[in-house]
Amino acid sequence: MKNHVWRPLYIVLAIVGGILLVRTVLVPNDFGVYERGYMYGWHRKSNEAEWKTVRVKYKTAKVCVECHIDKYNDIKNSGHAAISCENCHGPGYDHPKDPVGLNIDRSRDLCIRCHSFMPYKGNVRGKIPGINPEKHYPQAQCVMCHIPHNPKPMNQKREVKS
Amino acid sequence: MINRREFCKKAIMVAGGVVLPLTALEIFNPKRLRAERDGKGKVRWVFLVDIHKCVGCGFCVKACKIENEVPYDANVTRTWVERYVVTKDGQTCIDSPKGARDGFTTQKIDQAHHGMKEINPEEIAKAFFVPKLCNQCDNPACVQVCPVGATYQTEDGIVLVDRSWCIGCGYCVMGCPYGVRFFHPVYHVAEKCNFCYHRISKGMKTACVNACPFGARQIGNIRDPEDPVTKIITSEQVNVLKEEFGTKPQVFYLGLSREVK
Amino acid sequence: MVHGEAWTLKEFFVYPNEYIYWSIQIVMYPFMTGLVAGAFVLSSLYHVFGVKQLKEIARFALVFSLALLPVAMMPLMLHLQQPQRGIYVMMTPHFTSAIAAFGIVFTTYAMIVLSEIWFVYRQFIVQTILELRAKQRRSTIESVQLALYSILAMRAMDLSPEALHKDERAVGILAAIGIPVACFLHGYAGFIFGSVKANALWMTPLMPVIFICSAVVSGVALCIATYIVTMELRKLIYAWKRKNDPRLPSTDELKSAEIITVTMTSKYLLMFMVLAITLEMLDLIFRNYTAVKSWDILRSVIYEKDFFKIFILQYGLGNVLPFILFLLPGLTIRRALIGSLLVLMGVFMMRWNVVIGGQAFSASFSGFMEYQMPIWPSSIELFKEGLFGALTVITTPFVLFYLVTRVLPVFGVKDSH
Repeated sequence: MKNHVWRPLYIVLAIVGGILLVRTVLVPNDFGVYERGYMYGWHRKSNEAEWKTVRVKYKTAKVCVECHIDKYNDIKNSGHAAISCENCHGPGYDHPKDPVGLNIDRSRDLCIRCHSFMPYKGNVRGKIPGINPEKHYPQAQCVMCHIPHNPKPMNQKREVKS
Repeated sequence: MINRREFCKKAIMVAGGVVLPLTALEIFNPKRLRAERDGKGKVRWVFLVDIHKCVGCGFCVKACKIENEVPYDANVTRTWVERYVVTKDGQTCIDSPKGARDGFTTQKIDQAHHGMKEINPEEIAKAFFVPKLCNQCDNPACVQVCPVGATYQTEDGIVLVDRSWCIGCGYCVMGCPYGVRFFHPVYHVAEKCNFCYHRISKGMKTACVNACPFGARQIGNIRDPEDPVTKIITSEQVNVLKEEFGTKPQVFYLGLSREVK
Repeated sequence: MVHGEAWTLKEFFVYPNEYIYWSIQIVMYPFMTGLVAGAFVLSSLYHVFGVKQLKEIARFALVFSLALLPVAMMPLMLHLQQPQRGIYVMMTPHFTSAIAAFGIVFTTYAMIVLSEIWFVYRQFIVQTILELRAKQRRSTIESVQLALYSILAMRAMDLSPEALHKDERAVGILAAIGIPVACFLHGYAGFIFGSVKANALWMTPLMPVIFICSAVVSGVALCIATYIVTMELRKLIYAWKRKNDPRLPSTDELKSAEIITVTMTSKYLLMFMVLAITLEMLDLIFRNYTAVKSWDILRSVIYEKDFFKIFILQYGLGNVLPFILFLLPGLTIRRALIGSLLVLMGVFMMRWNVVIGGQAFSASFSGFMEYQMPIWPSSIELFKEGLFGALTVITTPFVLFYLVTRVLPVFGVKDSH
C-alpha cells in the first residue's frame, strides 16, 4: 500500500512476529496445558519428574532397625518408643556407606523440645513430665543424668554412680 | 509479469502469515485441552492433622527443613507449628518462634518486636498447638495468579513450583491466604511445601509425618476408600482453614478450635 | 536474611513466612504507570476532543508519556527476584493472572504512543531532513542528525496537504484508541491488587477504578508541574536570547499563553480529583459500615498506625489543600505549581497506603508488620528495594525527557496540529 499511514503498523507486526518466533526458541517443547486445565495446569511437564528426583534424606526407623535392633529393643518399651531414630540422630542419607557414622546429639536443646514443662491442662503437652530449662541444671547436658533410650526410671546414671 | 521486488515482498508476507499462527498455536493446543477433561486420577493426596495430639516438639519442622533443603537458619519454613494460649478473660495469645523449628522451649509467648509475654498458669483456660503446611488446595489461588505458569497443580493434587521458570514476582506469595509461600533464600524463586513429592511418589510418607512421634500428622489418598486417613475424613468431624476463601484446602483438621487463625 | 526480613518489623503474631514482599518498587510501579496513562489522556483531550487551549501542553504530555514508558519497566526489573526471566511474561503468559496482561497491554500501549508521536512529528522530521540535505557542508553532529531523522522518517517524505491531513486523522484515531488502552494499562494494575482475595485491604471491586482515576490525576498534575517548570526555564532562556533577536516572544507573551493553558488543564485535574476521592471515600465508608471479620485489624491500621499517612498526607495535604488552592479565584502560576506538586505527593501516598498498608497487618489478623524502607544501600538488595532505587526510578523520566526533546522538540515546532 502506498499510503504512508500504514508504515508504523508494519513495524508493529514485525515486532509481534519477532516475539512469536523468539517464543519457539525460548519456550520448552513440553510447556502447555495439562490435566488440571489452563488455570491450574499451565506448566512445563518435565518439571514434575524433576521434583521426584530430589534426594531422600530421612530413611525411616524401619531401616535403622535392620542393623541397630539392640537400640530398638531398648527404646520400644519406653516412653520414647514413638520417637523416630532420625529425629535425634539426624537423617540417614546413605548410612552406613555415606555417612559412615551418624551424629549423636547430646545437646539440651533437643530434649527441651518436649520436656520444657508447659502447664497446659487438657493438652498432651501438659502431661509430658518436664522441667524449667532455666532453673533445672541449666549448664548441664540432660544425658549426663538421663538415658534417652530408656528414660524411666529417671536419673539412672546418678543412681549407678551413687 | 511480477517483478522481483514485488515477488520477494509477497513471498515474505505469505511465509510470515503461515508461520505466525502456527507459533501462536502452542498457547492453545486443542488436543491437550481435550486430554485434561478426561481422566480422573487414582490418587489425590490429602493431609490430616490431629490438634489433640500435637505437643509442639517441632521435630516435623526440623525434619522438613533438612529433607527439603531449606536453609536451617533462614527464617522461612515450608511447615510450622503455632501455639495458642487462651486465658480465662478470653484473650488469645499466639506465637510460633522460628516456626517452632526448635520446638517451644519457654512458657513465655514470643510477640516478635513486642517482646516476650509472661502468662500466669492459673489464668490459662486452654492451650494447644496447631501444625500448618500447604493445603494443596483444589482451587489454588496461588496458581491462578502466577503470570508465567511457573507454579501449577499436578493430577494428584500437589501444587509445585518450577524453579527454572519462576520470575520471582511474589504474586503467588501475596495470593496465598494461608501464608505458606515464601522466597527460597538460595534459589530466589517461590517455594512452599509440596508434601515431599519425591517421597510420596515412592510410597514413603512425608518427612513431617515420619518425624511426628505423636501421630498428629498423617497423609493419605482421598481416592482410596480403604485409606485410614480417608476413613477419618469421611466419618469424623473434621474442619479446614479459612473455608470462606473458596480455595478448597485439602488439609483437614481434627479438633480445630475457633481461635485458630 | 531472607528477602523482606531486612525491612520488616513484626509485632504480635505474624505467620512465619510473612514479610513485606512488595515494597517500595511496587509502590513506584503503579505510580509511574499512572503518570504514563495520565499524561497520555491529557494529550488525548486535545487530539480527540479538540480542546484548543490544551494544544501546547498536548505535545508536551505526549512526549513525556514516551519518556515515562521505559521507566514504567524499571521498578519491575528492580523488584523481580529473577529479572532476566522477565520476558517469560510474554513467552508463556498465564492470562488468569492480572500480571500476565502486562506483556500485551504494555507492548500495545508502547506501540500506540510511538506511532502517535511519529505522526505528530513526521512533518518536523521531514522538514529537518530537507533542511539538512540542502546544506553544502554538514558537521559531524548534523550528519548524525540527518541519518537519525532519515531512519525515523521511514521513507514517508510526502508533505502535501493530503498527506498532512492523513497524519492528523491518524493521530486522532490513535489517541482515541489509546485512551482505553491507557485506562487498561492502569486499570489492570488496580486489578492486580483488587483481585487478591487473600488481602483484606486490597480486595475490592473498586480498586481498578480508583487506580485509573488517581492515575489520570497524577498524570495531569505531573504535566502541569513540568510544563510550568519548563516554561519558566524558557522565559529565562528567551529573555537572554532576545538581546540578539527581538523577534522572539517576550516574557509577557509567554506568560499569558502559559496561564491560559494551566487554568484550563487544572479544571480537568479537579474533575478527576473529585472522582478519585469519591471512590476512595466510598470504599472506606463501606468497610466501616459492614465491619466484616477483617475490620478490627484494618481499623487499627487505617485509624491508628497509618492515620498520619492516610488522613494528613494523602487526604489532607494531597487532596483537600490542592483543591482549595486550585479553586480560589485568581489562579497564579506559583499556586498551580504548589497544588500540582501536592497532588503528586497525594497520589504517591495513595499508592503507598495501598501497597504498604495492605501488608501492614498479618493475614492472621493478629499481628502487624512495619515497613522500614532501607535508606543506605549497603547491598544490592537494599539498593534495589530501598530509597536509592526509588530515586533512580523517579529521576530517570526527566533525564529521558531531556534526551528525547533533543530529537523531538516540544516547543516552537511546526507540526501536524
